[in-house]
Amino acid sequence: MDRETLARLARLAQLELTPEEVGPALDDLNRIVALIDEMRAVDTRDAAPLAHPLDADQPLRDDIVTESVDRETYQDIAPATREGLYLVPRVVE
Amino acid sequence: MNGDESIAALRRGLLDRRYSAVELTERSLSRIDTANETLNCFITIDPDGALAAAAAADSRIARGEAGPLTGIPLAHKDVFCTRGIRTTCASRMLANFIAPYDATAVSRLAHAGAVCLGKTNMDEFAMGSSNETSWFGPARNPWDPGRAPGGSSGGSAAAVCAGLVPCATGTDTGGSIRQPAAFCGVTGLKPTYGRVSRYGMVAFASSLDQGGAFARDAEDVAALLQVMEGHDPLDSTSTTAEPTAFDGSGSMTIGLPGEYWDDLDADMGAVLDDATRELEAAGHTLKTVSLPHTTAAVPAYYVIASAEASANLSRYDGVRFGYRAESPDSIDDLYRRSRAEGFGAEVKRRILTGTYALSIGYYDAYYLQAQRVRRLIRQDFLDAFDDVDVIAAPVTPGVAFPLGAVTDPVAMYRQDVFTIPASLAGLPAMSLPCGLLDGLPAGLQLIGPHFEEGRVLELGAEYQRRTDWHRQRPHIIPLDTGGPGEVSNAV
Amino acid sequence: MQFESVIGLEIHVQLATASKIFSGAATAYGAAPNAQACPVDLGLPGVLPVVNREAIRMALTFGLAIDGEIAPTCRFDRKNYFYPDLPKGYQISQFEQPIVGPGTVTMDPVDGAGEPRAIGITRAHLEEDAGKSVHDAFAGRTGIDLNRAGTPLLEVVSDPDLRTPEEAAAFFREMHVLVRALRICDGNLNEGSMRCDANVSVRQVGTSELGERTEIKNLNSFRFVERALKHEIERQVDVLESGGRVERETRLYDAQRDETRPMRGKELSDDYRYFPDPDLLPVRITPDMLDEARAHLPELPSAKRARYVDELGLSQYAARALANDPDTAGYFDATVEAGADARQAANWVMDHVAATLHRHDTDIAQCPVSPARLAQLIARIEDGAISNTAAKTMFDALWEEDGDIDGIIDAKGLRQMRDSDELARIVARVIDKHPEQVRDMRAGQMKILGFLVGQVMRATRGKADPRQVNALLRDTLGVP
Repeated sequence: MDRETLARLARLAQLELTPEEVGPALDDLNRIVALIDEMRAVDTRDAAPLAHPLDADQPLRDDIVTESVDRETYQDIAPATREGLYLVPRVVE
Repeated sequence: MNGDESIAALRRGLLDRRYSAVELTERSLSRIDTANETLNCFITIDPDGALAAAAAADSRIARGEAGPLTGIPLAHKDVFCTRGIRTTCASRMLANFIAPYDATAVSRLAHAGAVCLGKTNMDEFAMGSSNETSWFGPARNPWDPGRAPGGSSGGSAAAVCAGLVPCATGTDTGGSIRQPAAFCGVTGLKPTYGRVSRYGMVAFASSLDQGGAFARDAEDVAALLQVMEGHDPLDSTSTTAEPTAFDGSGSMTIGLPGEYWDDLDADMGAVLDDATRELEAAGHTLKTVSLPHTTAAVPAYYVIASAEASANLSRYDGVRFGYRAESPDSIDDLYRRSRAEGFGAEVKRRILTGTYALSIGYYDAYYLQAQRVRRLIRQDFLDAFDDVDVIAAPVTPGVAFPLGAVTDPVAMYRQDVFTIPASLAGLPAMSLPCGLLDGLPAGLQLIGPHFEEGRVLELGAEYQRRTDWHRQRPHIIPLDTGGPGEVSNAV
Repeated sequence: MQFESVIGLEIHVQLATASKIFSGAATAYGAAPNAQACPVDLGLPGVLPVVNREAIRMALTFGLAIDGEIAPTCRFDRKNYFYPDLPKGYQISQFEQPIVGPGTVTMDPVDGAGEPRAIGITRAHLEEDAGKSVHDAFAGRTGIDLNRAGTPLLEVVSDPDLRTPEEAAAFFREMHVLVRALRICDGNLNEGSMRCDANVSVRQVGTSELGERTEIKNLNSFRFVERALKHEIERQVDVLESGGRVERETRLYDAQRDETRPMRGKELSDDYRYFPDPDLLPVRITPDMLDEARAHLPELPSAKRARYVDELGLSQYAARALANDPDTAGYFDATVEAGADARQAANWVMDHVAATLHRHDTDIAQCPVSPARLAQLIARIEDGAISNTAAKTMFDALWEEDGDIDGIIDAKGLRQMRDSDELARIVARVIDKHPEQVRDMRAGQMKILGFLVGQVMRATRGKADPRQVNALLRDTLGVP
């Protein structure tokens, strides 16, 4: 993994890395990449991907309104709200 | 009451009115008060809530309406949401987060009468094997406070080990219950994936995360499991299987996976050989089995767990809850700095690893390949369980290491080499104390087929009737500290 | 150079469930900000999605309606990107295994004449809607309202089968008709119940390879689809004619300025890192689920239109007007089923019923006069018991109070006079009373006949059949 790839991943993951953090992060990530590369040689031609350890189907809920929204409580833990809206810096579309 | 009683004994004491739930809670609080400065196993202690719950438990007992855990003190790993008490996940990101809901496991335990004393320390977002990634500093191992209690559920394991609470919850994604249980010399169970609802458990890796419990022995763990388990309509992945059955262990065939034992350090190997010989002496048959894809488990796990985590942790964006950086000048600045400042280094490494594994050009080679490996690993176990009833294995390559000793993240990941395969396969697995090495506990892992927790727990209980490793306690704080009761006779 | 355009639409259909796709919060429109956003919708830590059965059912009904492929299992994936109205940092959607595969929507030709046209549907998949950003409420800040977050969407992706902006708009309209007929969407465009993105490219006529395409977002009316595509096609042609290259990009239609412009902030991601959502399991589509979905399948609007023309003999215009609104079609069908003549019923529904509904500011689903009553009314006109005019009075009376039709006709004295002897006497009396007019008419001023008919009708208080009066007068006066 090179600096460019790391920068791209950091942008996708919205994680700011300071210039001092980049070097050590790259070292660590390259060690991790070497670790995960260890499984690439496994012959998996006959193995379908397994997303869940159990073979089960999605249960379905009935279409009933069960949630009474307590906005005040939910917004007590918010960094910034006004008039019931969550506030963020101006977003340009 | 000396701080080392089983849940059953405490329940008898409460029902016989030898002590009240309030007294039991006060004693726990007092022990926490004494020990937490050294052990740092609690992030949040809730004396008021605990005493109120204990008083309610006493009235329940007085009315003759005691539930299975009424008045029993307990601590929750700080990954379980608790309405009204902060849930930090040991992260700066959630240092002030108060969930408006209880996790299902929390409400089931509360409904059964357990008294929650507080929230225990852990690795940040359950990512770590030493407790060192906690924003609140690591919990410490009661056997040697210079050593790691293990992770990620290190605070819960340490709290039970030090007798601060008789039991505690934990979660296990790749070994986060079993490894700290082994390091601290307590009994810990990771149930079958889907056994315990994940609702209200802050997610690390959704297809692997499983709630479980720590206690002094297998019987106590079974008592907790019976309350925590069961289908939850709020968790799509929670099972509708029948509850755990306890049918008596009988004579079993116990598989010893060659791949686990071959590379084991000689001292650890000797301790584990003693443990399996004890099982043989109890009338069970030992049989070597093969789990051929074992070496691919750690890399596959780090792809899958990190990929899921990279998405699960996107919700921490500083908008609706949690940490927000000062004076952001744009939405991207808000995201990037809040996440950079709110997450620790290990969490960032996992997010970046997972983002990498899912990104264009790498998805097939990493993510899909890891899922295919996962199927092979599960199949290895299913094949082995055609021949054996339970698999016995080590929990960790060595005993608790000194804090600060493992600095290479990959070396830390490899600590979980014996616990990760059962996690990938979704199998129930338990860690029980089985010896001391250089004065530090070692753990025996028992792995069962899906939904056969009962078999694992009964075999564990049988082992614990024949041994007293699970009664060994460090002398970090005298067990009679802080309350009424008899003088301890513990080792 | 001659250019032609190639257009495909992605239509987001908000499904008309009571609760959200993954949570038990209400979906109703217009609540106070964030008053309908529960912890799952807010993406709070630890909470989990559970799939709404009705959202699956509605998607299956749509799949059956377009004769789409329905696989035995479908799956939910996570689409990862950061945006403030996307609470979890990912949208739960369907990527690899959508609930509905390739199918077809049949729409009327744009100019209203000729054969219906089949538009290919690539796929339709379920996903959760995002919240809304409020940009104008606070200076320098954007407010986030997550009420809409988690509302079930069916994203319907068309093949690039559309050739003109008019055709694209007609397809959007047909989809609007279809989802309302299926009763899976309220079709309220100004509340955002259906939203459309358009992919468009142009190429020289005669070439077969596609040009670089742009995606236009935010098209929430038929007119906007047409106008935005017109502008965008002109823009692309201009770029190509001046030797430039069309850049692949996302553009936003600004309805106020009536132009498209590149989106600045919302270049969401160039790598969405889709992967199966580990919080959800594969959804198995059982035969029972398909049966239930089929039970909700009405006669499709395209089939209805064809039937109205071919079997009922209605005009194309009437067929569209009646078939394209499910409530109107339901009312009309019930009226015909109750025995009314189809053309009479069509005229009534489009004319007096529609006008009366309009006057009362209500819609046909709330119409107090039942289709059976209307059919009875029409039957009374047919058998000559009442006049058309009297029938309108009757309809208005029934609107106020239901009751026995014949009883009300008599109570209101609206029954037409059938006794021709009596009518003959009245006609004679009118002729006697108006000798001058009779003379003028005999002299050839035939328009006076209308006056005399009116006098007879007045004398009978409207009970006579005007046609009969007319004939009788001509007969009596000996005019042709």
